[in-house]
Order: sequence, then structure tokens, then C-alpha cells
Amino acid sequence: MAEQAKSTKSGVLRGGIGSPLANIWTIAKREFRAYFNGPMGYIVVTMFTLFVGLLFFFLFGTLVLRRATLQPLFTSMSALLPLLCAALSMRSFSEERQRGTIELLITLPVRDSDVVVGKFLGAMGVLFLTLLATITYPIALSRMGDLDSGPVIGGYIGILLGGGAYIAIGMVISSYMKDQISSFIVTSLLGYILYFMDKTLIFLPQSVSSVLEYLSTDFHFKSIARGVIDTRNLVYFGSVITGGLMIAARSLSSRRWS
Amino acid sequence: MATDVMIEARDLTKAYGTYRAIDKLNFSIRRGEVVGFLGPNGAGKSTTMRILTCFLAPSSGTAIVGGNDVFEDPLGARSVVGYLPQRAPLYQEMGIVEYLQFVAQLRALPPSEHKARIKKVIEITGLGDQLAKDSIGDLSKGYQQRVGLAQALLHDPPILILDEPTSDLDPIEKAEFIEYIKAIGRDRTVMLSTHNLAEVEASCPRVLIVSKGKLAADGAPNDLANRSGNARYVLEIDGKKRDSKTEVSVDTLTKALKEMSSGLTVKTLPSEDGSIEVQILAPIESGKDLRREIFGLCVDKSWTLLELRREVVQLEEVFRELTVGDQKAGARIEKAGVAKAAAARNAANAEADKDEDSDEDSDEEEKE
Repeated sequence: MAEQAKSTKSGVLRGGIGSPLANIWTIAKREFRAYFNGPMGYIVVTMFTLFVGLLFFFLFGTLVLRRATLQPLFTSMSALLPLLCAALSMRSFSEERQRGTIELLITLPVRDSDVVVGKFLGAMGVLFLTLLATITYPIALSRMGDLDSGPVIGGYIGILLGGGAYIAIGMVISSYMKDQISSFIVTSLLGYILYFMDKTLIFLPQSVSSVLEYLSTDFHFKSIARGVIDTRNLVYFGSVITGGLMIAARSLSSRRWS
Repeated sequence: MATDVMIEARDLTKAYGTYRAIDKLNFSIRRGEVVGFLGPNGAGKSTTMRILTCFLAPSSGTAIVGGNDVFEDPLGARSVVGYLPQRAPLYQEMGIVEYLQFVAQLRALPPSEHKARIKKVIEITGLGDQLAKDSIGDLSKGYQQRVGLAQALLHDPPILILDEPTSDLDPIEKAEFIEYIKAIGRDRTVMLSTHNLAEVEASCPRVLIVSKGKLAADGAPNDLANRSGNARYVLEIDGKKRDSKTEVSVDTLTKALKEMSSGLTVKTLPSEDGSIEVQILAPIESGKDLRREIFGLCVDKSWTLLELRREVVQLEEVFRELTVGDQKAGARIEKAGVAKAAAARNAANAEADKDEDSDEDSDEEEKE
């Protein structure tokens, strides 16, 4: 080692501070690959596709729908989405803290927001890939009759946005928890609370129910899945995602002050 | 010369509730200095290093790293530092090159330099023959530590902060590592914490000793050893006088030694049958070597001299002396159990504060 050191003499600093975009891209790529470096990514994608398929054909059979519609597909996907997203987001910070790699990430010249957005996009990449795997269902169905493309595209956009919201929430939880399993449980619980919120409204007075309805993820999802993209829905998902990422970034920097 | 200061801590304090992990730490390290950072567990070494690398924010005071204030320009501070935390921060599932590539990108190294720099640090850290391994998780602990070090060296930083870098290395690797640190330390600033005092004596021309979150000593290992107060002599004589064969008692010996030179402390050591062995502690400021006088005394009294040696005070002893209160507090905390740890530590601190008044006085003297 010593002889080699002489040749590296100089101590000239290389590199510096990267642009947010470059950092986000680097972190997102690593994050995406990390899911598939172990069994995690494969298990999650396979399980989700499998269960969605089972639920889809079960619903399709019981409802005896005589037309080509993808409504049962999106119903089953949105019902399983909180679990999928909890599995995708549980490792984001919990794992880094468990392994001590958070100390690398935070001491590199990278902004906290770069880390959070990069990790979010990495998880979104896996979600996107999972959804891509379910595309065989609409293709199969389109052979049975004319499929209206509006609700299909709307459905997928809705699932992506809803998934984004659950992942952002999961990242907040993960940033506070060192244990991945607890992070998974809490995130899926929260996800299902948001999912079922618009389904308990009959017991409540009108004033409360309209607020709860607006807070429910599934309410907005159903609206988008009809093929009509309303700004109200976009604002809802946009705020949950942005809010979640901001809190996660805040939690990351607050660790320094603890 | 002010621009030559690469790391500066000003009244650096980190408090967790009422417990102060570090308390008003002040020091500065110049370009080209290799500084050993010593202290018992829980003395605040890692906390200090984590503040300098912007992993933690100080509760009060500040630090300037490579001209960047850790509060005002944390990104600037982080970009000039190479940091190896106590637990090497590795993504186990990544390959060595893939991992280094990731760090190179986040350190914004020009893409054209990536390959050359990665090759260089792999060469420096001797990881070349490990590249065939699929992932970092497959490497041995020692090699994983080297990957951590490679990551810290990747951007050729002017400042290196290494938290117990040799803890997972075998003795040969340790020796190589020390040589390497000495070599790169010529034009870089290196701050390394360790428990291994022999390592510090071998590689660091300057040491900072922290105890209970405070700076207990700052200086060259030799100077610190000389300041420790005592020189030690070990004397062994035959139990019977040479001429008359009358017995020599320990008391006679002690008395004679104390008469010879005032201020000596004499302690009996276990010895073989028929001989007397004593340890003599003499205040070091006299600067005198007492061996000649002791020999003269033996001749005068007709004692048969079996052994006489002067022991150089090791850094280890200085360290023990300076941090002894800290270790006691640590032991007490262990007994108190985890739940009561915080309360016990506070109590220990409060108690220690009283004792510390005298310590602080001596600290000030040392600084002067």
C-alpha cells in the first residue's frame, strides 16, 4: 500500500457536488436494481401478478359479465395495491439504517431531497414493471370483444398514482422505523384505512362523509378508472405524494438533530 | 497560515437531553497532519467524527471542514471529506466495482475519470484479487473494510476521517494500512480514531485524547508520555549483603532510596526467593536518570545488584491516567442496566464534574 500511496500524491480533490437530477437518477437506478439483486423484487412482482389474476378471474366469473370490461381487474389491483406498495417501500430507509449504509448516503455530497426522490422513483420503477406484467390480462380480454381503451389507460394511470401515494406514505413510515416488518405492517394498515375510508360512509352524517370520501384513495381511483381524469383527483394524489416525500426528507434531516 | 487549517472545531457540543456526548470541544488540524483520535468507548469520538462529516448536527458550537462551515455549507464540507464510518457502509448485494461506481457518480467525479479512479483505489487497497466475487457480501470482514476505505479514497479527498479503520484487519493488514496512512498523510489531513495505542504511536505524530466528551490531551505521543508525571525504575537486589551475608530488609532498602532522592515512591514487587524487587516511581520533571545514583547506593551498601532498568512511560499509561474516570463511569453504567443507563450516566457525569475541576486545570496547563 505504501509505495502506491506515493504515486497518488497530490491530494487534488476530484468531483464535487452533483446536480439534483444526476443524483436522483443514480439513486433511483441503484434502488431499482437492489430490488432485483435479491429475491425481493421477483417475489413481489410474481405474487402481485398471480393474486391479481386469481381475483380477476374469480370476480369476472361471479359477476358473469357478458362484455369485455376490465373493471374487475382494476378492482382487484386497487385492493392489493396497499400490500404491494408497503412491500416496496418498507426497505427504503429501514434497511439503510439497519445496515448502516445511511451513514454513507448522508455523508456524500447529496441533498436529502435527492435521496428521497431517488428512492421514490426506484420503487415506482418496480411498481411500473409489475403493472407491465399484468398487461397480459387486458390483451387477453381484448380478444373477447371491443375493449374501450379510455378506462384501461385511466385505470393504469390511477393505479400508478395510487401506488405513488401509498409508496410515499410507506417511505415516511420507513424513515421512522428501523425494522422492515413493522414498517410493512404499519404502511399496509394505513393504506387500507385510506382504501376503505369511502366504504363506511353510510353510517356517517353527510358533512363528515364528504370529507372522508375525498380522503379515500379508492374514491379518486374509481373516478380516474372511469376514464375521466379530473383535476380534483390529480390534486389529491399529487398532494399525498409531495407531502409524503417532504415529510420523509424532513425526517431524514431531523435525524441529525436528534 | 489560517488557510492551512483543514479541520476546526469550535466549542463543539452534542447533547442528548441533559447528557453531553461531547462538551465544548476545541481543536484544529492542519494540512498534512495525521492525527490519532483516542478515547475509551463512549468518550465522544464517533460523535465528533459524525459531526465533522455532517451526519449529525452539533447542539451548539460549530466546525469548519476544509473551509466549509458544517451548518452553512454542509454539502461543501461533505464534498472535501473522505469518510469511513466505524461500520463500513456497504451495500452487500452490490459488486465492488458497481458500488464504487455508485459512489463516484454521487461524488460527481467526471465520468471519464471513473474507470481510472476505481482502478486506482482498488490497487491501493489491494482488492484486485477479490473482483471475481459476485458481491461485497461474499468478501471477508477485512476485505469489506478495504472496500469501505476504497470508497473514502475515491475522490482523492484532502481530508480523510476514519473511524476505527483497522478494527477488522489482521495484524499484517494493519501494519500495511499504517504505512499507507503515513504515506498519504504527507499532503493530506488524516484524522483516525482507534483503540489500538501502538498503532497511534506508529502512525500519528499528534494525538487528541477525549474523555467524557472533553479534550483531555493534545500533543505528540512522546510529549504526552513525558508529561505523564513519573518515570519508573525496577530494581532487584539479592536478599543478603555481599560481604557479611546479613539479610537486607525491604524497609532498609526503601529508607535508603528515599534518603537518596526525595519524592520517590517505592513499591515492593513479588520476587523470587532470596531477592528483593521494588518499583521506584520518580517525578519526571527532575529529568534526571536515577540509575547511576541507585547503582552507587548499592555499591555503598554492599548490596548485590541483580537487575536495574528504567521503563519508558508508554502512551497507554498516559491514556489510562487521563481517562480513568471515564472508564469507571462506563462500568457503573453497565451495572445500572440499559433502562437506567441514561440516568446513571448523568449521575456519573455530575459526580465526575466535581473531580474534573482538577483535570481541567491540568488540561489548561497542557494546552499552554
